[in-house]
Amino acid sequence: MKITVRYFANMRDRMGRAEESVALTDGGVTVEELWAKVSPNAPLPTNVLIAVNMEYTDAAHPLKDGDEVAFFPPVTGG
Amino acid sequence: MKVIVQEQAFDPYKETSAYEREHVPVGKHGAVVTFVGTMRDFNDGHDVTTMYLEHYPNMTERHIEQVCQEALDKWDVDDALVLHRYGEMTIGDPIVLVAVWSAHRAHAFDACRYIINYLKERAPFWKRESTQAGEQRWVEHNTEDPGVNSQGAKQRSA
Repeated sequence: MKITVRYFANMRDRMGRAEESVALTDGGVTVEELWAKVSPNAPLPTNVLIAVNMEYTDAAHPLKDGDEVAFFPPVTGG
Repeated sequence: MKVIVQEQAFDPYKETSAYEREHVPVGKHGAVVTFVGTMRDFNDGHDVTTMYLEHYPNMTERHIEQVCQEALDKWDVDDALVLHRYGEMTIGDPIVLVAVWSAHRAHAFDACRYIINYLKERAPFWKRESTQAGEQRWVEHNTEDPGVNSQGAKQRSA
């Protein structure tokens, strides 16, 4: 299955990219497992926020083909 | 209810009256409460010169709409308008407008406060400030509004 991964603000700076497409072979992969694939050397930062298809969720969220996953720091709008 | 996220600068007072003229029926509301958030020249002890506001297109609109809908469900509100900017801005620029129309002021005040507080908590925007010293820094958290959880005025820490 194919997942679009997006990074915003300091997470984009840290990853050195804004977006990537990740191919995963098996179903039932969680956000945490996706993170281990895109960032093999650094654990998921504790204060990072996660959205799947633009809804907030957590690292245990199971992914399906075509999902868009975003990693970003605490929001500071308004 | 209308939510607009745009790059272009706006005049919150003109937008409020234009929206009211076009969308809000005359004689039904007895209160209009507006909140306008503007850009300061200081933050966290830094002198700030310009700011870039990044956002997650579509997710921002979706979450502001959800917050507005919650406010409409919770209080007796006739209509609500939210405008939020992204991109480059300078000192004094309006960043966000929340306008709420209601038959009575208590509902308008409460709904307006709810929308701005939860927008700040949930809408995916990130501020990057440029300081007078020429540095760029991501703002790591919104400053606590000293009055946010209190009914009393002037509970400022310093």
